[in-house]
Amino acid sequence: MKVAVPVDDQNMGTTVCMSFGRAPYFMIYDTDTKEHIFLDNSAADSQGGAGIKAAQAIVDHQVDALLTPRCGENAAGVIKAAGIDLYKTESQSAISNIDSLVAGKLSPLNDIHPGFHNRKGR
Amino acid sequence: MNIAILSGKGGTGKTLLAVNLAAVADHAVYIDCDVEEPNGHLFFKPLDNKTETVAVKIPVVDDVLCAGCRTCVDFCRFNALAYIAERLIVFEQICHSCGGCTFLCPEDALREEERIIGCIEEGYSGSVKIYSGILNTGEASGIPIIKRLLSLSETERPGLCLIDCPPGSACIVMETIRNADYCVLVAEPTIFGVHNLNLVYELVSLFNKPFGVVLNKCLEGEENPAEQFCLKQGINLLGRIAFDNELGLINSKALIAARESTRYRAQFSSLLASVLEEVQHETVVNP
Repeated sequence: MKVAVPVDDQNMGTTVCMSFGRAPYFMIYDTDTKEHIFLDNSAADSQGGAGIKAAQAIVDHQVDALLTPRCGENAAGVIKAAGIDLYKTESQSAISNIDSLVAGKLSPLNDIHPGFHNRKGR
Repeated sequence: MNIAILSGKGGTGKTLLAVNLAAVADHAVYIDCDVEEPNGHLFFKPLDNKTETVAVKIPVVDDVLCAGCRTCVDFCRFNALAYIAERLIVFEQICHSCGGCTFLCPEDALREEERIIGCIEEGYSGSVKIYSGILNTGEASGIPIIKRLLSLSETERPGLCLIDCPPGSACIVMETIRNADYCVLVAEPTIFGVHNLNLVYELVSLFNKPFGVVLNKCLEGEENPAEQFCLKQGINLLGRIAFDNELGLINSKALIAARESTRYRAQFSSLLASVLEEVQHETVVNP
């Protein structure tokens, strides 16, 4: 299974980024082969619609699940339309969230927020 | 001439000032650009109203013709389009109606459809002509309504046009003051008021607009941080409105103070005179 996580850095010790659309990178991790890549998020400095553009990139990498602390409604619309499962991260470390997912311990992300639209979220 | 009335936050007295200045002029046009919550009409209660709807153009895709080339998705700088599961999705609220996607589509799979986002009301109250922009609830941007409002009222511009701006200093305010000949900033006598004044002060400076400040809610014998800010920055003070229970009471009943009492009529007439003097001075110095 291919999993995507918004992250702050390009290494395996990285923390999960609090923002999906404006995360600097995405970690794409294959839970079967343990292979991974880091993807530059070209949407990070978008004027608007960052969540949509970031979600498009995630969809194009044909992942099965997205692990994120939160997700705006536009991005969630894209992710769901592509049939990608959405899970809520429960700790800081990206890899430990992936381990939790494999162990069946992550919950689906249901609280979709209306979007920060370029305002700083907390 | 277009005189825009601004403030860094709501409730400082933009509408109070704009409405009363319009009411004391011989002939004036009052343009309510606070399209998210227009309230000038509550005071004027205009008659002979005409309504015009305002629509924006939104792309609509023909799924049969769309070849999935993503030219439109890559073009849109607002990311209003996504191509998911072999279908194009349009995010109407994000779209800025530039028409680029429709223009560029090599398959002619996109066409534009109108979507109504609000309306403009035009009416009269005595010698004042009133234009109000109204954005429908839930819409993301009132800018198309403001553009239409200001182009509709352009023919009135040789006369005195008082533009009641939305609060703050965001895009929507920039659009509103774009064609302003002069800006009047309304400020409250508090530290918070200074912070908000500074926001619009920076904005009008950036736009190179001639401007002056009206101090509202002034307390006799008390310190006025907004006044101190103006003195420090060398900002022209156009006048002051006292913190006055009677004025507040008249205003809270949606009545126009300058039409209710000769005292307020005199007060706002003198404010209008100092604004107009300043505007004339500016047009001579910076034509």
